[in-house]
Amino acid sequence: MTSELDIFVGNTTLIDEDVYRLWLDGYSVTDAVALRVRSGILEQTGATAAVLQSDTMDHYRTFHMLERLLHAPPKLLHQLIFQIPPSRQALLIERYYAFDEAFVREVLGKKLSKGTKKDLDDISTKTGITLKSCRRQFDNFKRVFKVVEEMRGSLVDNIQQHFLLSDRLARDYAAIVFFANNRFETGKKKLQYLSFGDFAFCAELMIQNWTLGAVGEAPTVPDSQMDDMDMDLDKEFLQDLKELKVLVADKDLLDLHKSLVCTALRGKLGVFSEMEANFKNLSRGLVNVAAKLTHNKDVRDLFVDLVEKFVEPCRSDHWPLSDVRFFLNQYSASVHSLDGFRHQTLWDRYMGTLRGCLLRLYHD
Amino acid sequence: MPGKLKVKIVAGRHLPVMDRASDLTDAFVEVKFGNTTFKTDVYLKSLNPQWNSEWFKFEVDDEDLQDEPLQITVLDHDTYSANDAIGKVYIDIDPLLYSEAATVISGWFPIYDTIHGIRGEINVVVKVDLFNDLNRFRQSSCGVKFFCTTSIPKCYRAVIIHGFVEELVVNEDPEYQWIDRIRTPRASNEARQRLISLMSGELQRKIGLKVLEMRGNAVVGYLQCFDLEGESGLVVRAIGTACTLDKLSSPAAFLPACNSPSKEMKEIPFNEDPNPNTHSSGPSTPLKNQTYSFSPSKSYSRQSSSSDTDLSLTPKTGMGSGSAGKEGGPFKALLRQQTQSALEQREFPFFTLTAFPPGFLVHVGGVVSARSVKLLDRIHNPDEPETRDAWWAEIRQEIKSHAKALGCHAVVGYSESTSICEEVCILSASGTAAVLNPRFLQDGTVEGCLEQRLEENLPTRCGFCHIPYDELNMPFPAHLTYCYNCRKQKVPDVLFTTIDLPTDATVIGKGCLIQARLCRLKKKAQAEANATAISNLLPFMEYEVHTQLMNKLKLKGMNALFGLRIQITVGENMLMGLASATGVYLAALPTPGGIQIAGKTPNDGSYEQHISHMQKKINDTIAKNKELYEISPPEISEEIIGSPIPEPRQRSRLLRSQSESSDEVTELDLSHGKKDAFVLEIDDTDAMEDVHSLLTDVPPPSGFYSCNTEIMPGINNWTSEIQMFTSVRVIRLSSLNLTNQALNKNFNDLCENLLKSLYFKLRSMIPCCLCHVNFTVSLPEDELIQVTVTAVAITFDKNQALQTTKTHVEKSLQRASTDNEELLQFPLELCSDSLSSHPLPPAKEHLESASSNSGIPAAQRDRCSSWIELIKLKAQTIRRGSIKTTVTVEKASPVGDGNFRNRSAPPCANSTVGVVKMTPLSFIPGAKITKYLGIINMFFIRETTSLREEGGVSGFLHAFIAEVFAMVRAHVAALGGNAVVSYIMKQCVFMENPNKNQAQCLINVSGDAVVFVRESDLEVVSTQQPTANCQSSCTEGEVTT
Repeated sequence: MTSELDIFVGNTTLIDEDVYRLWLDGYSVTDAVALRVRSGILEQTGATAAVLQSDTMDHYRTFHMLERLLHAPPKLLHQLIFQIPPSRQALLIERYYAFDEAFVREVLGKKLSKGTKKDLDDISTKTGITLKSCRRQFDNFKRVFKVVEEMRGSLVDNIQQHFLLSDRLARDYAAIVFFANNRFETGKKKLQYLSFGDFAFCAELMIQNWTLGAVGEAPTVPDSQMDDMDMDLDKEFLQDLKELKVLVADKDLLDLHKSLVCTALRGKLGVFSEMEANFKNLSRGLVNVAAKLTHNKDVRDLFVDLVEKFVEPCRSDHWPLSDVRFFLNQYSASVHSLDGFRHQTLWDRYMGTLRGCLLRLYHD
Repeated sequence: MPGKLKVKIVAGRHLPVMDRASDLTDAFVEVKFGNTTFKTDVYLKSLNPQWNSEWFKFEVDDEDLQDEPLQITVLDHDTYSANDAIGKVYIDIDPLLYSEAATVISGWFPIYDTIHGIRGEINVVVKVDLFNDLNRFRQSSCGVKFFCTTSIPKCYRAVIIHGFVEELVVNEDPEYQWIDRIRTPRASNEARQRLISLMSGELQRKIGLKVLEMRGNAVVGYLQCFDLEGESGLVVRAIGTACTLDKLSSPAAFLPACNSPSKEMKEIPFNEDPNPNTHSSGPSTPLKNQTYSFSPSKSYSRQSSSSDTDLSLTPKTGMGSGSAGKEGGPFKALLRQQTQSALEQREFPFFTLTAFPPGFLVHVGGVVSARSVKLLDRIHNPDEPETRDAWWAEIRQEIKSHAKALGCHAVVGYSESTSICEEVCILSASGTAAVLNPRFLQDGTVEGCLEQRLEENLPTRCGFCHIPYDELNMPFPAHLTYCYNCRKQKVPDVLFTTIDLPTDATVIGKGCLIQARLCRLKKKAQAEANATAISNLLPFMEYEVHTQLMNKLKLKGMNALFGLRIQITVGENMLMGLASATGVYLAALPTPGGIQIAGKTPNDGSYEQHISHMQKKINDTIAKNKELYEISPPEISEEIIGSPIPEPRQRSRLLRSQSESSDEVTELDLSHGKKDAFVLEIDDTDAMEDVHSLLTDVPPPSGFYSCNTEIMPGINNWTSEIQMFTSVRVIRLSSLNLTNQALNKNFNDLCENLLKSLYFKLRSMIPCCLCHVNFTVSLPEDELIQVTVTAVAITFDKNQALQTTKTHVEKSLQRASTDNEELLQFPLELCSDSLSSHPLPPAKEHLESASSNSGIPAAQRDRCSSWIELIKLKAQTIRRGSIKTTVTVEKASPVGDGNFRNRSAPPCANSTVGVVKMTPLSFIPGAKITKYLGIINMFFIRETTSLREEGGVSGFLHAFIAEVFAMVRAHVAALGGNAVVSYIMKQCVFMENPNKNQAQCLINVSGDAVVFVRESDLEVVSTQQPTANCQSSCTEGEVTT
């Protein structure tokens, strides 16, 4: 006796959260059944392995049918074939678009292309995430990227509108899309200590302040031509950043800057002497990063440079985070007192974001 | 009489990509009714076309309105080649023809293609203007209401229950016409779908005519079936119960909670005689286009002169037992006289109802059934109106005489079915012999009888158990005792019926699903020989099924079966029998005795030990079951009952019959003879097997109950969560060395595993009950067994009913307090109110709130669903270009007050699809049905030539059934309804050819589209009339009070 056909169709589509998770994690039916058996469900319910097998198959089939709709979540809401309560629909979408930290760290900043897709095998081996799950996550990134790529308006809003994601997840996707678009290098060894959350935080700051969309910040101009392209950095702004070079190129200005900062921080910093000794190096580092951003290659290396030029020197001198904060605040603020310096707003736009990023990046 | 049908094609959405080059579609729509076709413009390059067409008007006879479906075809325009069909929608416009059902059909319908399944949706509006109101019923039967529900529909009162109506029409099956060789599978499928739609329309109209002639205005318990006879044709047949119904004008009468009746309910009473002329004019009109019909339309008035003589010839299957106490005397005799006169006029005093108005059912005799094996005639001749109709007439006659033999004049819970394999067809009919109260049956006597009944109202609670036949002249030997309830009348020791448990019956403990399963191998044979072989096997099967049922009933410690349905399925090389029923312990019937096991060779020591071991196991099981189902009848000493009991021996005799194509009638008496029926003799391995199988039935896990009747006896505190489902399993038998035993085991395992799977799947609903569990067995091929189950799981509250009344009071108190609050806050209050009244976890509540009051802002819904709404809102505003979202504040608290007002505002039309509930039951727990919108009767074919790509047979059928559900829901929603009750999947014919990568499936479903209102909402929205549409009711719902 072999089972040829075995199905269960409810008027309300049954969704088993546990099985959904196993499916999303890319387990085969056999593996999923084994995992469910191990979870002790048979003992709890008195079911047999055959029942579990049939149940798992059924759920997998349902998910497989739903997957097509999940690729365009608004379709899931309007389709008529599966009657699913709204809270369940939301759960399906949210879980489908959720991703693994380990995975996202591997592809963050990489081009979402076929080439990268080929590397998924390696990523799967490295992270222990099944290839199937890697593919789903990668395809999700790519799909979101494609849809919002050419779109005007806020990146997060666009993602939310087209994928009905929760706010948290939509922001994460905005970061992923932003990183993929600007191809920031995140895979270098010295960046390994950074989490996705660190990068996402930086991405949000950069989207808010450094993109074209950020220029039209005034909320009252809804149809302004400027409020699109949250994905691209403001080219003009990057060009202007060269002007900041004067801060380190002009020796007087650099000395003055240093003395202003030192005066203000004297006695307040545990690592004052180290700071005093390193000031010029640090300042040069930060300003040079800014000046180099005209080249795409250097934009990509932004995080590498920040870590190399700022985070690592401070860390090797054992600066506590509070001292870093004091220093950066004073460092950016003091520029306002430099009479010879004319690019105050530019400086604020640059340093405001950079300060936030650096503070987030500064940890072990 | 003409009417004007108006159709408007509004828009399409989610259309498939038809042009690979542009990834778009140039869609247009053809609207066809009868022979008239209209077209919309081509909407270029869009997957979401907005046609917004003019009103297409069809001027047609109302006869056509009843027969023809509206056919909407969506096509992709192609300049150079033929236009490609995207899919079709068939809309049955019958519901628009009743005076009080739906007034408009409007909504999104799935576009269905028999090869590709659902491909997008189309928004259609349909209206009908019937001219000349006065005469509109003359030629057609517009206005006769049809209900699948097998009881008097909830918002009606039965004035008269007229009786049995039947009709059948036949045609050639397009699949077997010569043209099928040259046309595409799609064309062939569509021809079939269309033909069946036409035939059911015609059938319904003809039945309607009969009802009008009987001066009724409705058909209740309408059951329509298809027989796919292959080359010999396609039969569509229907049976039902004609009634005169009166719409209850004051719902307050039976729902005190609703203190102000809605306007709608005060609508014109339904009992006006639609056509005073027809009953005299006779059946002359319908004969006009009778080309297909076998049925002499006079049949219902034909006198049955032959029935008495038949009695001696035709054997009977009586499964009841009992005798009439002499005290039964005068009242019974009077009743019998009256009933006789009322029923005698009818050829077939049959009723398809399974539940009755109080007082309707006087006595129940037992199950009567008849089967007949027929050879389908190879050459089909539609001009010869004998065959099919004559076959059924013969069977019905037999049923009638069986009922007579049980001292009954009527048959209730009546149903008919067929099983076809190649050219052999088994026709089956079964019902419950009963004595009825004449007051519902006759027009004039209503008032007088009513009073009379009220006076002599004594036997209500146990009356139906009392035997209707004469004690001294029993149709079969049975064990009688005095009724354990009234102690005056005689009752049988067990009672088998096909009806639902009467509401006033006293039951001890809970009920349970009892199944008898049986397979018998049969040699492959042709024609006559095959039919003979089957006829010879049938009595043995029936006998064994009966024995199995009896044993299992005893094992459960129960004494009555309700909703009994025995299905015999014929296949190439085997016969399958499956009987399902709900066992209960009726307080009026005696306590069932145990089961004794006797060995054949008593001298063998070890054997005896084994026997006693088995005996112990059986006794343990009985004790366990009694505990499980809470069966603890009060102890009664024999002395109290003490009275002469004719035969102290427990016996059961089974008489059965079957006739064969050659019309020879054989009588088989398969009684147990002198043996005690409930001694199981283990004399061979077969018997051993039987005992084992008795013990292998596993009870459902704790928290689960199951039954095949409407509701579970012994549970009455239902909560509102329901889940209807269909499950299908097909197993392939290993063809080697198939024995009856192995076959039985396989079949048994199949059913048991299926049940186990259901319990597992629905475990999150515990405590719950599977109601109306309906098993269907078919044998699609040599080694395949297919079992289809449809049922509904309903949750119930463990704590007893007392609580519900308490929350009632609490609720109204809360309501009073909220009345004073300002309007904006009211909906919130309402939400929490309804939440507190249902002791359900919030997750469960979601479904409910979405279904009935989704307009009410979901403060309680979790974050997920609220942000979806928020996003939608944002999407709207963005599209309107009014706000550039800087919304960090809003994001931080999506449920915050800032957008509260807005979120309650957006129309539901933009939000998710409205929930439509489906249930095989005639009611929805926790809700009140306020309106019946018409019958849903749909037939679909799905075929694939890429079976593997669609996920194999399971993937294919899973998707198809989901699509069928979706189409049913869409039609109900378009009628303005929010539920289907009495839903039934009448057919699910699945054929596969994995080698060719092909499969085909036919599904036929039906039910009643209704509008329901939650009882909790009813109270709140008391001043507002329940709106037809749940969506509009929810948007407006919060404005009231």
